Amino acid sequence: MKLHRHTAVLVACSALAFGVTACGGDDDETAGGTTESADTQNLSGSIRIDGSSTVQPVAEAASELFQETAPNVQITVGGAGTGDGFERFCRGEIVIADASRAIEADEYEKCKAKDIDPVEVQVGIDGLSVVANNSLEFPDNCISTENLKKLLAPKSKVANYKDLGEGFPDQAVSFFTPGTESGTYDYFTEAVLETDAEQRTNKVQTSADDNQIVTGITGTEGALGYVGFAFAEENKDKLKILSVDGGDGCIEPKIETIADGTYAPLSRPLFMYPTTKTAAQPEVKAFINFILENNQKVNESAGYVPLTDELKATATQNLESATPVEAPAAE
Amino acid sequence: MAVAETDIARKVVQRASSGERSRDLLFRSSLMLCLFIAVIFLGVLLVDVAADGVGFLSLEFLTSFPSRIDPQSSGIQSALLGTLYLMGLCALFIVPIGVASAVYLEEYADNERWYNRLIEVNIQNLASVPSVVYGILGLAFIVRGPIDIFGLGVGQPTLLAGALTLGLLVLPVVIIVSREAIRAVPPSIREGSLALGATQWQTIWKQVLPGALPGVATGVILALSRAIGETAPLILVGAAAFQRFNPTLDGQFSALPIQIFNNVGEPAGVFRDLAAATIIVLLVILLLMNSAAIMLRNRYEQKW
Amino acid sequence: MPPGQRPGGITRVRTRRSVGEQAIKGLLAAAAVLSVLTTTGIVVTLVVESVPFFEIVAIGDFFFGTDWAPLAGGEQQSFGVVPLIWSTLYLTGVGLLVAIPVGLGVGVYLAEYASPRVRRTLKPIVETLAGIPTIVFGYFALTFFTPEILKGFLGLEVSVFNGLSAGIILGILVLPTIASVSEDAMSAVPQSLREGAFGLGAAKWQVVVRVVFPAALSGIVAALVLGASRAIGETVVILVAAGNNPNLTFDLTTAHQTMAAFIANTARSDVAAGSIAFATIFVVGLTLFVLTFAVNIVAIRFVRRYRQVYD
Repeated sequence: MKLHRHTAVLVACSALAFGVTACGGDDDETAGGTTESADTQNLSGSIRIDGSSTVQPVAEAASELFQETAPNVQITVGGAGTGDGFERFCRGEIVIADASRAIEADEYEKCKAKDIDPVEVQVGIDGLSVVANNSLEFPDNCISTENLKKLLAPKSKVANYKDLGEGFPDQAVSFFTPGTESGTYDYFTEAVLETDAEQRTNKVQTSADDNQIVTGITGTEGALGYVGFAFAEENKDKLKILSVDGGDGCIEPKIETIADGTYAPLSRPLFMYPTTKTAAQPEVKAFINFILENNQKVNESAGYVPLTDELKATATQNLESATPVEAPAAE
Repeated sequence: MAVAETDIARKVVQRASSGERSRDLLFRSSLMLCLFIAVIFLGVLLVDVAADGVGFLSLEFLTSFPSRIDPQSSGIQSALLGTLYLMGLCALFIVPIGVASAVYLEEYADNERWYNRLIEVNIQNLASVPSVVYGILGLAFIVRGPIDIFGLGVGQPTLLAGALTLGLLVLPVVIIVSREAIRAVPPSIREGSLALGATQWQTIWKQVLPGALPGVATGVILALSRAIGETAPLILVGAAAFQRFNPTLDGQFSALPIQIFNNVGEPAGVFRDLAAATIIVLLVILLLMNSAAIMLRNRYEQKW
Repeated sequence: MPPGQRPGGITRVRTRRSVGEQAIKGLLAAAAVLSVLTTTGIVVTLVVESVPFFEIVAIGDFFFGTDWAPLAGGEQQSFGVVPLIWSTLYLTGVGLLVAIPVGLGVGVYLAEYASPRVRRTLKPIVETLAGIPTIVFGYFALTFFTPEILKGFLGLEVSVFNGLSAGIILGILVLPTIASVSEDAMSAVPQSLREGAFGLGAAKWQVVVRVVFPAALSGIVAALVLGASRAIGETVVILVAAGNNPNLTFDLTTAHQTMAAFIANTARSDVAAGSIAFATIFVVGLTLFVLTFAVNIVAIRFVRRYRQVYD
């Protein structure tokens, strides 16, 4: 009797599941076609992608668009952070590593130790954006890299923005930034703070989740931080995107300034790293090719800047020939 | 003696004065205030969730996949199926083990033995271990652990690993409730059966368990109700937040609580509303399960 | 009479049936032993993975250090767990400050004042509310309670991730549990005790406070401990509403991080196995496990000492 009753429950659950599966699974057709090869319909397999949370929107947008042309390829995308992504990549747990900075020497060594040869494919360009709570009125809505350094250097004790000088608001500081597992963090600390992945910890809330950073900044008076351009743009009605003065005047992060590199030093490449072996797998190759061929649309959907023709050519070349990346210089 | 009685009588009469009654009223009012506060808070919570999420509820919501590029068309099919599969697998695990443990402890175990008391103490303790610690166990022992079958131990979070972790979490509940149900069956039933020549196991299987069945079923449903809403163990084990295909036994999986958790974190308003809609779906499922449990209890409860 | 059988007695003959019985008993025992294995598994996992951590970080630094920054780079990396323990106890305290009076109030009302019909409707509702998933409370805290109530209605200057919101909502979460269990405890007090008190001329509130409450004390304490355990181990509400920053402060307007929230947050960023950051999950997990274990032992002792046994 006991068996009978539980079987009934199981059957009911399965019926519900089958019913839902049978009815569903069809998204709307998106307008504006994407280029596809004739044989992508027959591709199958599963691709595990993990790594940079900055690049994650690109991978997710691409996987959605790609699914229309290759419905049998299952793609999972994680966003553990560039550093953690490389760890898993070099252990062979994932197929593609998303990265918002180039692979570093010690990561490269770990990969080689496991016989894994990373292939560097640039898929887009990001303009790392400094964002602030709407309450902060900076002069010209601009901040210099010098001042960023003053605020976020490892031992910084600046407690109020007015300590930066004339014109700065009288407001206690509060920061929301990515954490040490993030490529964004690595890039910022290197390019702006000029330290070896070290940043202030006092009054700084870190999060691996860019959305949490944005939520924190939009909801806290006097908050300041930095995120990938896509996240800043997506929420530009809720917070201020500051222009950055890297020595050549205040430049606002926009598609044009990021693409041509004038938004410095915070323009940076976005990478996807397959291995020499996985780049040869048809579904992986097709997926990354898809991103390159539809680069404009993918990056627009994700909120980033598409590659220039020159960069696209290099990337396509790397992918086609599956050239392993050169060993990065040890620091 | 007479003086003492009238003394007491006077005190009794004095006590029932109006001062006393107003203190009584005050006490009663403060209790009602407590009830009011509790009801208001929880009411506002449910109304807020319903208001935020109702706009997204539709059949498409249940049958499409989550979407980043077009949040308006985002759906929860993969998460919903993930949750249902998790519950199914979880039940397959906790029912035999939980009932078997309860039967052993109630029918066979000699309470004087140290090892049986150890088992009892263990179950009591496990019932209050935080769910996040079970998540750690799941991560370290099941996902990245030594056992390597059916997708366990491969270092990837799989459906089976998630179900086992949740199962371990709610197993104490099943054991405790099943024990009470078995205990409620009067000894006379057992004695009668044994007197007719049945073995202990036959007695249990044919007389005790069927009698305890409604209680056991209620316990299982309550345990599953708890498991269905647990988020922390799933975070630890590594359930996916954004999955555009249906889960398989040894593959990546998503679940409703994880979907909600990730959407809550998004600052854009539309994702919050999606989270609210997903919460509504989860609460409806819970309500159905609880109603089933209450109905079972009311209809089939044996009065011995 | 067949040979071998004693008159009037039962002969224990080793039949196939009895062997089968033994086998079944063995199987059932094995199932029960699983609970012991689970506890062993938890303890072993936590301890084994914590050992390499303590080879690098001194125990004193861990338990008494006040700076928790395990994921920081270079010199700033620090492993003092005090802020996590503090925030755990502090936010639990805030929650219990809300949950105990209101929860007991509801429990007392249901047990002593509500009519049977009201009780029959409200009790299942309270039990259902005790089962609302915690993520729902987290959602409520972040999207409604902080912006609308704390900032809007009360005009408080709180950060979007703050300890006050998380603490209060934690209390609301735990409230139905306290109400339900204490109501059970008070209902179990025999009516004769109440009648005796009424007979002596006590007012209703005196009966409740001076007779029922003490009689049900062990059950009520059990309810409070259950609530406290739940609050101490609660993860998601803190994670969503209180932010990611461990702060050793009384200030509730800023972010706080509890032990459970830290564990979930670190695991979410999927740190690499074998790294010291990964080990912190286990070390903090061990600390949390020991804390809840201690709370429960104290409660069991208390309950056993003061339990009143009725006929």
